[in-house]
Amino acid sequence: MLELAINIANFTFLVGVAAGGVMVVLPYYLHDYKAYGKVTILGEFLAIASVIMCITFILVDLGQPMRVLNVLLYPTPNSVLFWDTVVLNGYLFLNLIIGWNVLEAERNGVHYQSWLKPLIYLSIPWAISIHTVTAYLYCGLPGRGFWLTAILAPRFLSSAFASGPALLILLCLIIRRVTNFDPGWKQIQSLAVTVAYAICINVFFLLCEVFVVFYSQIPEHMDHLTYLFVGLHGHGAYVPWMWTSMALMALGIILLVNPATRKNELTLIAGCIAVFFGCWIDKGMGMISGGFVPNPMHEVNEYIPTLLEGLITIGVYALGFLVLTILFKIAVSVKEEVRA
Amino acid sequence: METSRRRVLQLLGLSAAALATPPVFNALAAGAPAAKPKIGPGTEALTARQWAMVIDTRKFKSEADVKPLVEACHSIHNVPHWDEKRWEIKWLWSTKYESAFSGTASGRFASEVFEGRPFLVLCNQCENPPCVRACPTRATWKRADGIVMMDFHRCIGCRFCMAACPFGARSFNYRDPRPGIKQTNKLFPTRMKGVVEKCSFCAERLAEGKMPACVEAAGGKLAFGDLSDAGSEVRKLIRENYTIRRKINLGTEPAVYYIV
Ligand code: SF4
Ligand code: SF4
Ligand code: SF4
Repeated sequence: MLELAINIANFTFLVGVAAGGVMVVLPYYLHDYKAYGKVTILGEFLAIASVIMCITFILVDLGQPMRVLNVLLYPTPNSVLFWDTVVLNGYLFLNLIIGWNVLEAERNGVHYQSWLKPLIYLSIPWAISIHTVTAYLYCGLPGRGFWLTAILAPRFLSSAFASGPALLILLCLIIRRVTNFDPGWKQIQSLAVTVAYAICINVFFLLCEVFVVFYSQIPEHMDHLTYLFVGLHGHGAYVPWMWTSMALMALGIILLVNPATRKNELTLIAGCIAVFFGCWIDKGMGMISGGFVPNPMHEVNEYIPTLLEGLITIGVYALGFLVLTILFKIAVSVKEEVRA
Repeated sequence: METSRRRVLQLLGLSAAALATPPVFNALAAGAPAAKPKIGPGTEALTARQWAMVIDTRKFKSEADVKPLVEACHSIHNVPHWDEKRWEIKWLWSTKYESAFSGTASGRFASEVFEGRPFLVLCNQCENPPCVRACPTRATWKRADGIVMMDFHRCIGCRFCMAACPFGARSFNYRDPRPGIKQTNKLFPTRMKGVVEKCSFCAERLAEGKMPACVEAAGGKLAFGDLSDAGSEVRKLIRENYTIRRKINLGTEPAVYYIV
């Protein structure tokens, strides 16, 4: 089971990045926060690229990818993976339709078509659903004590709303530098506040988990966290990584909660990078590998990704960033054209 | 060019129309043999409402008691053998007491009694199987006789059934299993790379009126029968002996009972 866990880990993390896009869509459309009008398209396109990476990670993870259509040929409502397929593809199409049409309307200097409005409203709970369903993949499994916690979906969401917007801030800052389109400092600052709250909540949820697990002292639940943070039965490959992740998240909180450092571009960049990689290690490496080790028989079989798995991962990320670059290029050219 | 293309389109249209009309369809089909081959359970098949196994662990003293059973199962089911642990495919194997009964084992002093003794483990054919819940393609499903069955040809290799099974009863073919099979049993399918497999309570043997291979090889150390039949041998053993099951606290209701 452990083999290829790296694909599942990256898949899970990227579902979060995709869901994180909703943090600009929601204030703009629901709270009429006008300033985000400039960046919603970037959030939507980031979601598209992330979902494409997610689906690719699942495909390369399957033992028999040629048979993937069996999921649709034999729809199985009791399987969470079936629902995950449905919500992920649905989210991809929603964002493609919304992003494309809104951008086209902007280019033509008109208001977007009215039939889009319900779809936009639908896309907001839908974003929450993709990460909730992804958490349900894990948290409903008997015998995997690490995941068997009702706070898993909230934890996934809080780290998603930190890492997604953190990446978006970094992307906005790059776009500011290299193109004539300025997403706006005010927008970036509002996003930074979102990241600051979300990362605090994420750490709070983690501490709740730590309390329950170590105060109850039930081995099936405790041993996973012990394995990740101090090692178990002489195995501790993840220990340095987990502490790095904690340090990065703490650094992120310090830099982003503090207004002085949040408003300084350099420390803002540092804070966002810290949050992004802190969440990646926590969720990508820890959350998935930690759930499998120790196994339900309480044996420790450590998982270290092989070189091939590493290369596949890099390949999928490269594909995703290619899609992202193309989409952002389109969005930015339209914005430049409209401003000109 | 243009005329030939039109001709092809006309032909296509005509044949589609012809096929759509029932009389033509029937006429075409008339050439084929009328009776379809009948598929159904054989007359000699063993049937049950919930198959179950009772393992008398007192009779398993060392690996030598276990080996012939594993050998019997793995050879007739074309289970490959790999030396590398991470490629291992297991339908039936033995483990130590604490691993077999982790979480419910009665404690460290009890385990002294069981020190060095092998505990046979296999798929529990759970009455409430989480693996079936997790499978997105119904490649794993529960039959009317309680057997949790697998379709190796439908399985997409997503391995969520493995994450869902709390007993590690399932194995994934990380590589093509065929080179790892010493001697292929032509009466049982071999698998391909990228699918999951596990013990099936010898469903293919029950269909022919035979007992599971491991039960046959065990010479009375294992019993097999219908759990819903109060007069069955398994029910008698459960009634007369103290039995435990693996991780009953998880509610999967294993159908494999252990006399300790
Ligand atoms: S032992 Fe595991 S594989 Fe077998 S039925 Fe139970 S949950 Fe499924
Ligand atoms: S690996 Fe195969 S049997 Fe297991 S859940 Fe996936 S499709 Fe079903
Ligand atoms: S019941 Fe059949 S398939 Fe299952 S372990 Fe025994 S011999 Fe193997």
